[in-house]
Amino acid sequence: MTTFRVLLVDDEEELVSTLAERLSLRGIEAEWVTNAEEALRMVREENYDLAILDVKLPRISGLKLKTKMEEIDPGMKFIFLTGHGSEDDFKTGAAEAGAAYYLVKPVNIDALIRKMKEVIESEGGVP
Amino acid sequence: MKGNWEVLGGAGLQFFGKMSASISHEIKNALAVINESAGLLEDLSLRAEKGIPVDPERLKKQSGSIVKQVRRVDDIIQNMNKFAHSIDDPVKTIDLVQTVTLVVGLSSRFAAMRGVVLAYQPPPKPMMIQTNPFFLENLLWLCLDFAMSTAGTAKTVNLLIDSAERGARVRFTPLDRIPDTTGREFPEEPMKALLAALQGNLNIDEGNHELSLSIGAAPVER
Repeated sequence: MTTFRVLLVDDEEELVSTLAERLSLRGIEAEWVTNAEEALRMVREENYDLAILDVKLPRISGLKLKTKMEEIDPGMKFIFLTGHGSEDDFKTGAAEAGAAYYLVKPVNIDALIRKMKEVIESEGGVP
Repeated sequence: MKGNWEVLGGAGLQFFGKMSASISHEIKNALAVINESAGLLEDLSLRAEKGIPVDPERLKKQSGSIVKQVRRVDDIIQNMNKFAHSIDDPVKTIDLVQTVTLVVGLSSRFAAMRGVVLAYQPPPKPMMIQTNPFFLENLLWLCLDFAMSTAGTAKTVNLLIDSAERGARVRFTPLDRIPDTTGREFPEEPMKALLAALQGNLNIDEGNHELSLSIGAAPVER
């Protein structure tokens, strides 16, 4: 199995902690935080292959956080989780901001892992 | 008093849409937590089938999480139902305390996204007024939105309800960044129309860093 290290960022603590545990049970090294400040600190201190970001975080959007994280670690890849009603709702603005990979909540864990592998294996991070 | 129905209608639709979108996001988030908790219970069950011991406390924690989220969704849907029914009657005798409680509940996600804490202790006694419930909710939201945008470093907005000369008064405090709003029209057009329709009055007390909304009791005529 491909092993990689992922940082999950979502202000719903029960969601992000449980998702991290489920990924860990599948052999994926997953850590989680609930706000942007912690996320940026973690990215400065640790190395991650991938971050999974909520689109809407307190005081900052997931898209803005992605930009800040990329400044610290340009090689990092991203997947967004959105609570929007449908993927179509999210596509317009997100695509312009370079958010090529996203899933609508609630997510299917197998679909998430497939998407994670797709993102990690993509060369530029954008298909 | 005649209402400016074009402005009131537009503002009302915008308000209804904004709250509905926020409610759907909240429900999605709760469903996402339930989905992961149920998924983890399944993961742990599969491990148990393979002979890997499972800590019963983990199972209790996850089932407790599901129950908590079901309650959360129930609260959200109750608020959604109350909000939707507030359009039923153009004029109704309502409890202002309950209306403010509802608007605070509907606004909690917006506050969390801004990093603002809403501090509201509902008074123990009801405060009955006759008004247009939906317009009042819209006006309370616009006041709260303004108060949150001027909350300043404290990042806490306190809501207080008390009796006024005619009707009741809702106070929003502290507004620490009032100078930042200089040049911004206040009250803005939808607020003006809502104030006229509800025979209300809005006042900023810079000394006390306070926004005060006085609500009359007279009905709105079509």
